[in-house]
Amino acid sequence: MKDKQFWLVLGGITLAFLIYWFAGHPFFNHDRIVMFIAIVAMSATLLYFIRMAERGEDFYLRPIPGLKAVEEAVGRSTEMGKPVLYVPGIMDMDQVETVAGVIVLGHVAKMTARYETSLNVPVSRSIVMKAAREACRESYMVEGRPDMFNEDMVHYLTDDQFAYAAGVNGIMVREKPAACLYMGKFYAESLILAETGNSIGAIQIAGTASQAQIPFFVTACDYTLIGEEFFAASAYLSKKPELIGGVKGQDMIKAAVLTLIVVSVILRILYETWGIGFDIIKLLTVQ
Amino acid sequence: METTVILGAWVAAFLTLGIFSYLYKDNPFYKIAEHLFVGISAGYWISIFFWTQIQPNLFGRLWPSSEYSDSFWYSIYNGLGFLSSAVFPEGGIDKGHGLDPIYIIPLILGVMMLLSLIPKVNWFARWGIAYTVGMAAGLRAYGYLNSNVIGQIKGTAANLADPNLPFFSLTSPSTFNGIVILVGTITGLIYFYFSKEHKGVLGKASRIGIYFLMISFGASFGFAVMGRISLLIGRFVDLIKFSGSDYHHAPIWILVFMLIILGYGAFRDKGSNTTQSA
Repeated sequence: MKDKQFWLVLGGITLAFLIYWFAGHPFFNHDRIVMFIAIVAMSATLLYFIRMAERGEDFYLRPIPGLKAVEEAVGRSTEMGKPVLYVPGIMDMDQVETVAGVIVLGHVAKMTARYETSLNVPVSRSIVMKAAREACRESYMVEGRPDMFNEDMVHYLTDDQFAYAAGVNGIMVREKPAACLYMGKFYAESLILAETGNSIGAIQIAGTASQAQIPFFVTACDYTLIGEEFFAASAYLSKKPELIGGVKGQDMIKAAVLTLIVVSVILRILYETWGIGFDIIKLLTVQ
Repeated sequence: METTVILGAWVAAFLTLGIFSYLYKDNPFYKIAEHLFVGISAGYWISIFFWTQIQPNLFGRLWPSSEYSDSFWYSIYNGLGFLSSAVFPEGGIDKGHGLDPIYIIPLILGVMMLLSLIPKVNWFARWGIAYTVGMAAGLRAYGYLNSNVIGQIKGTAANLADPNLPFFSLTSPSTFNGIVILVGTITGLIYFYFSKEHKGVLGKASRIGIYFLMISFGASFGFAVMGRISLLIGRFVDLIKFSGSDYHHAPIWILVFMLIILGYGAFRDKGSNTTQSA
């Protein structure tokens, strides 16, 4: 309740919505009321915690070993005089994992700029190439090393899944990078990449939310960021208050979802056993 | 059998064995196969994207043959027709679409992406990226919220108290499976709770959560490996087929050729290593 401005705006929006509601709420789709409430509640929670973090509130984040290892991996490459290979997945920028992968690439590029280590980013989509180049360019500028940035460090291979995997494998066995980072959306090529990285003795860190590919990364990589850990990586690496506030907000949403699951189970049991007139499943079925 | 079919079989056998040769080590056969694969696929996808998306779905909606007239809009089209009559055929593009002016936006965004080739105005490309990311974020937020959050809550609660379900069944919905899903969902979610130290009850719950995750990953691993084995079998079936006399025993001859070359390479490398160490 510390953020008066937030509560004031929220109160104003609620009032405006109530006026709209009692005025007959035209164009409102009643079948999707659950989605409406969920989106509003989640957005408000995220905004609240982001603002709290920006106003100086300190939030604890438990350590994630895989993220600590990113800097170690770049340091190891520097010591060995070998490049860092960064693979941002095989999908386009319309996938959240690719977006997260490009954001993490920005942080890795800052590290390689700081340590003066070469970075190699083969990509399989033209838009990802452009976005990754922009992210790297900005990182090198921020670190005061624009001279070290060259556009070819982010280079296109092919759109084809297995041709891309073959190309990245070729880079691995010829350049022998000391660190291989796989952060993005992956499919069947994940094990091919991770196995090759393993065979050349590189330290490997993977991050993906592709459920079917996590097992392969867990098997072949030194560290794997599973699902949410990968999305939280940006906050961990940048330590920016607004991102840390976002992670805290997401945690609060998870707590709310947990509560909702328990409440839903209880209501469902009551509905099935004692026949209360309220079916939670019906409410949660979005048309 | 046609010569082109036999030639195709030889190329397929060579490329398959070239890729398999990587199991020995990086070698010229693998490099040939890899570079061919990367280069051809890059060109192939550009062609596919152009002829299945840009030409029919973008140009086909901007200059459809059904709306062809002497207007200024179609005079631009006729001008473009001088560049390539295959892409811009005379009388408009007939792909079953009507005129859809909204498609001017993707055309402009596409041109903006191409402007990245000109250093002075390459910042225009960011607009295209911003549109893609923003549109995808908004579009997917709703879908994920529906399927991964609301759907998960519903799915967890649905089978737990249904009196029509048996208490125990591993292969079909049952109360026991409902309990497993409930515990797995709750503890799995606790594992991804970042802003509190995983100690005490929270620590124990998150440990159970990671067990659930690992069990599901293990099952997924086994399932995927089975898929890979079927892909491998597919390649072997082709190699066996091409080993027949119809294809002049392509894989056998290629394999012998590769073994001779790789054996000679290994012998020569060994010789040069011995000379260096001496």
